[in-house]
Amino acid sequence: MSTTVAERRIAVAAQRKHSLHRSRMWALWGSYIALSVFVVMFLVPPFYTLMTSLKSSAEISAQTGSPWLVRHPTLENFWYLITYPNFQRYYLNSIIVTILTVVVSMVISVLAAFSLSRMGFWGSQTLSTGVFLTYLVPPSLLFIPLFQIIGQIGLINNFWCLVLLYPTLAVPFCTWIMIGYFSSIPKELDEAALIDGAGYLQMLWKIFIPVAMPGIIAATIFAFTVSWGAFLYPLAYLYTSNQMVLTVGIISDLIRGDVFQWGKIMAACLLASLPPIVIYAFLMDYYVAGLTAGATKG
Amino acid sequence: MAEVACRKVVKEYDAGVQAVKGIDLDIADHEFVVLVGPSGCGKSTTLRMIAGLEEVTSGEIWIDGDVVNDVPPRDRDIAMVFQNYALYPHMSVFDNMAFGLKLRKFPKHEISRRVDEAARILDITPLLDRKPRALSGGQRQRVAMGRAIVRNPKVFLFDEPLSNLDAKLRVQMRTEIKKVHQTVRTTTVYVTHDQVEAMTLADRVVVMNGGNIEQVGAPQELYHHPATRFVAGFIGSPAMNFLPCRVQDGANGGLAVRVTDSITLPIPPNRVDRYGKFKDRSMVLGLRPEHLFEYHEQAKPGWTRVDLPVDVVEPMGMETMVHFFVDGVPVCARVDPATHAEPNEILPLTADLNQMHLMEPETGRVV
Amino acid sequence: MADGTSVPIDVIAPARVRARRNTMQRFAQRRSTTGFLLCLPLILLIAAFVIYPAFYAIYLSMLNKKMTAFVGLGNFQFLLKRHTFQLVIFQSCLFAVTSVVLKAVIGFILAHLMHNIPGKNQRIWRGLLLVPWVIPLALSTLTWWWMFDPSYSAFNWVLNQFGIANVPWLGVGWTARFCTIAVNVWYGTPFFMIMYLAALKSVPEQLYEAAAIDGANTIQKLFFVTLPMMRNIIAITVLFSLIVTFADFDIVRILTAGGPQDMTHVFATYAFQIGIQSGDIPLGAADSLFMFPILAFAAFFVLRGVTRRTKEIAA
Repeated sequence: MSTTVAERRIAVAAQRKHSLHRSRMWALWGSYIALSVFVVMFLVPPFYTLMTSLKSSAEISAQTGSPWLVRHPTLENFWYLITYPNFQRYYLNSIIVTILTVVVSMVISVLAAFSLSRMGFWGSQTLSTGVFLTYLVPPSLLFIPLFQIIGQIGLINNFWCLVLLYPTLAVPFCTWIMIGYFSSIPKELDEAALIDGAGYLQMLWKIFIPVAMPGIIAATIFAFTVSWGAFLYPLAYLYTSNQMVLTVGIISDLIRGDVFQWGKIMAACLLASLPPIVIYAFLMDYYVAGLTAGATKG
Repeated sequence: MAEVACRKVVKEYDAGVQAVKGIDLDIADHEFVVLVGPSGCGKSTTLRMIAGLEEVTSGEIWIDGDVVNDVPPRDRDIAMVFQNYALYPHMSVFDNMAFGLKLRKFPKHEISRRVDEAARILDITPLLDRKPRALSGGQRQRVAMGRAIVRNPKVFLFDEPLSNLDAKLRVQMRTEIKKVHQTVRTTTVYVTHDQVEAMTLADRVVVMNGGNIEQVGAPQELYHHPATRFVAGFIGSPAMNFLPCRVQDGANGGLAVRVTDSITLPIPPNRVDRYGKFKDRSMVLGLRPEHLFEYHEQAKPGWTRVDLPVDVVEPMGMETMVHFFVDGVPVCARVDPATHAEPNEILPLTADLNQMHLMEPETGRVV
Repeated sequence: MADGTSVPIDVIAPARVRARRNTMQRFAQRRSTTGFLLCLPLILLIAAFVIYPAFYAIYLSMLNKKMTAFVGLGNFQFLLKRHTFQLVIFQSCLFAVTSVVLKAVIGFILAHLMHNIPGKNQRIWRGLLLVPWVIPLALSTLTWWWMFDPSYSAFNWVLNQFGIANVPWLGVGWTARFCTIAVNVWYGTPFFMIMYLAALKSVPEQLYEAAAIDGANTIQKLFFVTLPMMRNIIAITVLFSLIVTFADFDIVRILTAGGPQDMTHVFATYAFQIGIQSGDIPLGAADSLFMFPILAFAAFFVLRGVTRRTKEIAA
């Protein structure tokens, strides 16, 4: 009697354990399946970009069979773009503008963040709040007065105006990220450096920047993203092809009236997306950590 | 090597709160002085003022014969070891130790000579290429000390350096610090809240409380001759028992302290003169647990039998702590583990009144 | 001694104290001066290209088209009476609210799915799911445009395979509106996912275990543990995304340029059309300024949320 009860108990327990295990397995596989569906949906446009970029104009206009597959893959679109002087020009302009924007933004924001996180001065608290609010100002709010201002300083249709304006989009958030990272450095580290004989700038250069490297990387990627992908400012302020950057260049150069060279446009999109994709592939973790710092610390 | 002095040093924060209320302190060359006290007593603030990390509100701080109030930390020629070590996480152990020397533009060979020397003293030579995060707590502590040693400064400052270590390591590092000081003989100011650390390390202990210095003295002096009730209670573990009492006439023309109706303890004859003027006044009797032990038939002069009802018994191995209540006041005795003690039973004890202290209840002064 | 050159000790002392006070003050001053100097580039940048343009925008919006006369609030009145502008207001709100709600819901689901799978696999899945967010929006919108292309639409080809007739994706008002929202959701969901995933990871495991022992089921855990713990992050992310989506320009400009019949115009694209393309700078500036109250409203709550979150973290 007692043995059977015990046996039954063990059997029930085993079953329960088994079902617990099974429901966990279901949750896991269900998650994988659902995620796969989302990944497929999310990757449709990039996939289609790649397929189209490998097609010749003839194949695109032939309209036979599935547009999702490529029958006669060719690199002629890429070759055309690489040897196309205008496209080279856009690429070069984008690189120049982006490098300068990143450098200017990082210098401004690292200096400011160091000051705001460590050296209180009259109004520094207000300034921190102001910086955060500036981050919430979208480019589309002020592009019209800026059009006038850029015109007055004679930089309309000159990509240098972007080097002036992009930092306004990048600096507030970069400063915000860096304040967060700098504030998390223990105060004793500054004091140790002070006793070791470092001045403020030495402290920033030799201690803060190396220690907050993940933050520097995150902020740099942000500045890069803003500068590389911005569309409104260059569209509004640049109109000749020697000044254009990639985002506007592709649209205004490869779309002439009603003639859409889709193969070339898609190849250009791919080439232009390459730098961000490469950077994100290697440094995604830093960027995500920087963006979500406020969410995870709690 | 240098002496350090504080003259009427006051630290006042913005809200008018005084963290340090005008302390005077002289530290001799080569001396190892420990500032000890509960948290918020101003010991860390004092240390940080000596380091130059906090401004002095008023008074003077002297290092090596100069007033250094306005000298920035880097020019004071001091080195500091922090509670969380404050090692530069991106630098190797070698670079951590060399950083201060590099900033001072020492020649390369001199830097590596000094770092190697310090590493040898601290036994961390194999770790020189590692990053701090690859080190254990004790190793980080050694590196932090190494960083101080290589500078060969006038003064070492330690800010609770052992409180982040586990108990076993703490004892080990304590010995280590003492050994290093015996080797390099640099004037040292050491802050801790742990009275055991203070007693074991210090040449002289400075007990602080509420922004004031309660007493300065050698460890044994503080233990045997505390100046105030605070010091008496702070030094020694478990803490001294304090019992409200009354001084009155005793047997044979002597004096006695009456603790309760049933407990009256005779004051040893050699103290009668000292306590005579407090006759018929309410006082506080202080008696350490180690001076309240199991009853012995052969009593020595000054020993008195006391019978108390046991509340809790705590065997510790080499001794047993027995807790009682005397008129609602907790009392602890340190008895031989062979003593039989059961809760709610009466335990006969010996009070060694040669070791008693008598305090004024209002001022806390030991008389 | 009596020649007047020596001064009594107690006269010297205060002077020395005063001198010391001064050097101490100078230290503190130098520190804050350095601090201010380090912030100066930031202050100049914001003053020149954010604060000044903001006031300039207000001034501009009160001029006539040729910018020769002051018209007060005339531009605002004119805009409000225009049917196209009423459509802009409606579409901007529809676009922003629908997109943000969809992004938040899908992002929340995705974050949960990601949270379910083992940590070591999360990196690769996250990488794949973040692709839409990594490609510059202007460029990926071009691909969407191509997929919606009236004669070559890749979507229509798929529909045809199931025997469904062609859909004029960008040619009809409401469908075009749906398309702009779809592209925005595709682009913005990954951001919500990573924010929510980070928030999910910050919820201590013991809370779920305690809830399980108290007898909570999955749904109850979601409502009584997960959501309260994530409340602030959800609010911050939603409000922030509301600002960005509301002010979006790229998608509508490239996909429809406001058409058909101005039905997909949002504030930004409309301001671009009247301000830059038609050359009516004051009217464009007025149009942009209409965004301000809504942005300020959202910004206020974002700031409050961030401050609260910071306090929570500190506590």
